[in-house]
Amino acid sequence: MEKKSLKGWLYLLPALAFLAVFMIYPLFDVLVYSVEEGYNSASQTSFGIGLYNYSYVLHDPYFMQALKNTFILVIITVPLSTGIALLISVGLNSITKLKELFQTIFFLPYVTNTLAVGLVFMILFKKTAYSDGLVNLLIQSFGGTSVDFIDGPYWAKMFVLCFYTVWVVLPFKILILTSALASVNPDYYKAARIDGASRWRIFTKITLPMIAPMLFYLIITGFIGAFKAYSDAVALFGTDLNAAGMNTIVGYVYDMLYGTGGGYPSYASAAALILFAIVLTITCINLMISRKSEAF
Amino acid sequence: MKVVLQNLTKIYPSQDKGPDVTAVNNFNFEIPDGKLIGLLGPSGCGKSTTLNLISGLETPTSGKIFFGDDDVTDLPPEHRGVGLVFQSYALYPHMTVLQNILFPLENRKGKERLSKEEMNAKALEAAHLVQIEQYLKRKPAQLSGGQQQRVAIARALVKRPRVLLLDEPLSNLDARLRLQTREEIRRIQRETGITTVFVTHDQEEAMSISDQIVVMKDGIIQQIDAPQTVYDHPVNLFVAKFLGTPPINVFSGEVKDHMLYIGEDAVLKTDLEDRKVIVGIRPEGFILDENGPLKCAKIGVQVMGRDTSVVSSHPASLNDTVVSIISAENRVEGETVRFALKPFKTVLFADDTEEALDCWLSD
Repeated sequence: MEKKSLKGWLYLLPALAFLAVFMIYPLFDVLVYSVEEGYNSASQTSFGIGLYNYSYVLHDPYFMQALKNTFILVIITVPLSTGIALLISVGLNSITKLKELFQTIFFLPYVTNTLAVGLVFMILFKKTAYSDGLVNLLIQSFGGTSVDFIDGPYWAKMFVLCFYTVWVVLPFKILILTSALASVNPDYYKAARIDGASRWRIFTKITLPMIAPMLFYLIITGFIGAFKAYSDAVALFGTDLNAAGMNTIVGYVYDMLYGTGGGYPSYASAAALILFAIVLTITCINLMISRKSEAF
Repeated sequence: MKVVLQNLTKIYPSQDKGPDVTAVNNFNFEIPDGKLIGLLGPSGCGKSTTLNLISGLETPTSGKIFFGDDDVTDLPPEHRGVGLVFQSYALYPHMTVLQNILFPLENRKGKERLSKEEMNAKALEAAHLVQIEQYLKRKPAQLSGGQQQRVAIARALVKRPRVLLLDEPLSNLDARLRLQTREEIRRIQRETGITTVFVTHDQEEAMSISDQIVVMKDGIIQQIDAPQTVYDHPVNLFVAKFLGTPPINVFSGEVKDHMLYIGEDAVLKTDLEDRKVIVGIRPEGFILDENGPLKCAKIGVQVMGRDTSVVSSHPASLNDTVVSIISAENRVEGETVRFALKPFKTVLFADDTEEALDCWLSD
């Protein structure tokens, strides 16, 4: 027995070593960085240990802006994208003609490069000297006044960012939900029909509970993904997100490390750990709710 | 509530350029009020389609369905008042047993809607009928197959359906439970008096509990009658072969001078004119007799408690072996076994059409 388990550990060693070097050590290092006050990356020295870095980050207006942006993004896009994906999936599931064509079309954004999509969105929304962008042309044709979505008011920029995020995450959610819907045994629907359940009741009492595990999976991964948003904002507003007021937490971490006026690994680590704490809390809450509601 | 099927036909359009499939071909029959009817046939004979047509889940290509005097052909399933028990039971896994049984009642709207107390009372009554009161708070996954089936029956019965339909109700149960459950279904049907139709491919199951069985083949009704009548007087060779375990023994035979010959052996007297026939003999139709006319070469003897089954061969047999069941008190010795035949366990069929011949037989 002893020998056997020793052998097992030996087999695991390469993987464990890899994990230790590239996962556990960096994680631990981030924790160390975040509590080293006045760390100098050139001389690799610090003044002492403490929570000053956290305090600095939490008092930094740029971080607070990033925190606010991220929360707005999460609160708007996760329910919206999951809801829209559910709607589209149910629709897709109930048609027979052209089903595959529509499935392919809805999946296209998934295989398209984020930055390329960002560029397309810029063309749609950006106001330049020559053109107001396609969306503004639409607004004007309905009698509205054009808005600068890329360099204009905060709500307009946030709208574009949310719109873009929802658009990018939809395909994956539709893919998961259509297969979840297709895997529900049709006997349940037949039984419900014979028992006189209305379409709405069938949907809320049977379809939704049956696909609940997949919905929760999407909501949890959706939360995590949205909290880690960064590249989307860069694709739309460029790299100087602080100036645009559209920075996210991950963006803030990146700027603290490499941005102009960057080079503060301690602040970056503190911000990263704050993000980690937030995501962990939200995920735990999500899991608790999902455990409660799907006990079968 | 009697159920009448009138010229009922269901044709599925062809797929991949194949021919159209006629699953149900011009059915005409009447299910008397309060009876238990078994639809019996090999897979693909259209019995499940018939059930779905009665339930309204499928619409017929032509023909009509009546419940009593109401024409329900164009009614959607929810307005027909049928209860359907699925082969998979289709219990909602996220609901408790009680919630499952309550579901049909909660679907009602407007004036038909009952108060919470009335719904609970009805659900308890249904649960009591199938004896699952102690499991009401459990989820279906926490129940055995037999218990799940009872819940499915309770759910189908709770709204007092005009017709109860059961799709292969026993196929997911093990052998012991199957015997128990079929008695249970019989009891529940008698107690409620609801006209019940069930589908099965298991002839024993159908024979044991049905008031009448409907034997089907390729979408065509072969015979409708009481189980014993169908067993004793099959209308054709298919029905004779489909019913009974072990299956009926089939021989090629000939009538000469009002004498029935199986091969060289003159076995029974008959009133038929000279012709070639197919002879069907039930396994229990053989009598071990040293001077019996039917001479078979013995292959083996299996003693199974009460009975002995003698496996032998005969040159005129159309099956690989001749299986006869005789009382276990008999000793079977020697290479050759000789049988006398019971005339009422012997059926003659036309050698060309395989239809049963109306004739008189005696030893």
